[in-house]
Amino acid sequence: MKAKALELELQSEKNRKRLMELVFKAKAAHIGGDLSCLNVLTVLYFEVMNLNPANPKDPLRDRFIMSKGHCVEALYVTLESKGFISPAVTDTLGEFGSLLSGHPTIKVPGIEVNTGALGHGLSIGAGIALAGKMNQLSYKTFVLMGDGEQGEGSVYEAAMAARHYKLDNLVAIIDRNGLQISGTTEEIMAIEDIRQRWTASGWDVQEVNGDRIGDLIDRFEKIDYSNRRPHLLISHTTKGKGISYMEGVQSWHHGVPCAPQYEQAIREISERIQYLEKQISI
Amino acid sequence: MIACRKSFTETLLSLARTDKNIIAVTTDARGSVTLTDFANELPEQFVECGIAEQNAVGISAGLAHSGKKVFVCGPACFYVTRSLEQIKVDVAYSRNNVKILGVSGGVAYGALGATHHSLHDIAVLRTFPGMNIVLPCDARQTKKLVKLLVDYPEPVYIRVGRAPVPDVYESDDFDFEAGKANVLLEGYDLTIIATGETVYHAYQAGLMLHGKGIKARVLDMAWLKPYDREAILKAATETGRILTVEEHSRFGGLGSLVAETLAESPVPLRIIGIPDENVIHGNSPEVFAYYGLNAAGILKTALDFIG
Repeated sequence: MKAKALELELQSEKNRKRLMELVFKAKAAHIGGDLSCLNVLTVLYFEVMNLNPANPKDPLRDRFIMSKGHCVEALYVTLESKGFISPAVTDTLGEFGSLLSGHPTIKVPGIEVNTGALGHGLSIGAGIALAGKMNQLSYKTFVLMGDGEQGEGSVYEAAMAARHYKLDNLVAIIDRNGLQISGTTEEIMAIEDIRQRWTASGWDVQEVNGDRIGDLIDRFEKIDYSNRRPHLLISHTTKGKGISYMEGVQSWHHGVPCAPQYEQAIREISERIQYLEKQISI
Repeated sequence: MIACRKSFTETLLSLARTDKNIIAVTTDARGSVTLTDFANELPEQFVECGIAEQNAVGISAGLAHSGKKVFVCGPACFYVTRSLEQIKVDVAYSRNNVKILGVSGGVAYGALGATHHSLHDIAVLRTFPGMNIVLPCDARQTKKLVKLLVDYPEPVYIRVGRAPVPDVYESDDFDFEAGKANVLLEGYDLTIIATGETVYHAYQAGLMLHGKGIKARVLDMAWLKPYDREAILKAATETGRILTVEEHSRFGGLGSLVAETLAESPVPLRIIGIPDENVIHGNSPEVFAYYGLNAAGILKTALDFIG
């Protein structure tokens, strides 16, 4: 594995550990989807996006919208590790009056818009990307959606408009973990044609193994931001990624581990962190 | 007589010529909104979203987030139902400074039926923190409103009608301040409070009452959020009874707002609006007449109220 990928893998595992600590303390989270999108968040925040935590409103910053807002805990630990929010703030997760809601809000530095109702993020992202074109600014806009979220009709209204306005500065990512709250996506509302659907809508569609940091880095690097088409990355992931007893298990859509489960999770992550640190030192 | 929508878009176009940050967004409704001249003259500042209100409001939120002065415009009936969640979350909750112009509001579409009526918009939008609501009554007031809105720092919903309307204000010499009601007619026997295009009818009814020796005060309450609480309380104290008039459901609109305000120091109140039923088939003037929203109907209710 390349050095960069190893370092980001380590960052992602550290964030995973922090996520488990916070969730165990807060006693609430959409943990399965948090874990499946943690890698892509790490790659976006630590490699792909141009961001300045000291100036979160920098007009030239890249924009990120967490359209699958229920997985906000993964965003909180990413923002903390990137320096947007302090650990003292993150520690309040789940407490009465905390700055940190169960879905993203603009009160938190680094969060662009309030989300939580599914199917909204891509339209907002398209508007931000369109403004970038109007203002001739080179920033890029990234929108992370869930695969269950693909059931919302408003997603396709946004897809049409992004294509119509040739928003090649817009990147949508689908966290394709295959599960939604009541079952597999194929049981609940099949989207096995998701690639064809978006391709037919005129998008530049790519697929990637989102469980592999190196693959994500490579795929983002290959995006052609001047091809006059919006971009979609279908990021194939595992719900509950990195915690053996959660991986691919529907009931961990939301849930909190009990003490022995928590300890096991920390053990599993710590072993990987140890391994990665060793690899990096070599 | 000029339609408020026409006054709105003409003023917007004149301001947009020199302010390149003004953006008009619509949903295949440029004709209906009267935005065709804007679209032809300033295509770089015009965003067509096709028939997709949810996306139009979401895109507008994104444009506003990026510093644009966004006016998303289309039929009120669709914006405050189909895209209601986008107004709630992307605009009001996220504090994205979008102006939403709902045209052909209330029963302006008349015979097209209940799918095209918007008699719930005030009630719903009043409950969204961060959302402002204003219903101008004529072309001159609409012109002043647009000038005020361009740099107004918060989201605003504006509802106008469809047809040309008579002037309430016969010159430009009048105040128009956010959250303030205007006294059109002074009096101490009762107060008629109206909003939007019913203001003209309320004013005419007020003049007729004065002709009968009944000194009715008439208030133009264009702003429903923020609203002029003091003007209501003053009217209650000084005139002893209040009659409200609105082209809206009797639930949750101007009448409710006044009732809520008066709850702690009540005076007799009557609410003229649309009852809890699907509106009778007819054009807008016929519907106004049927439910007593025109001058004759307001006069009748006022006389009955006075006793």
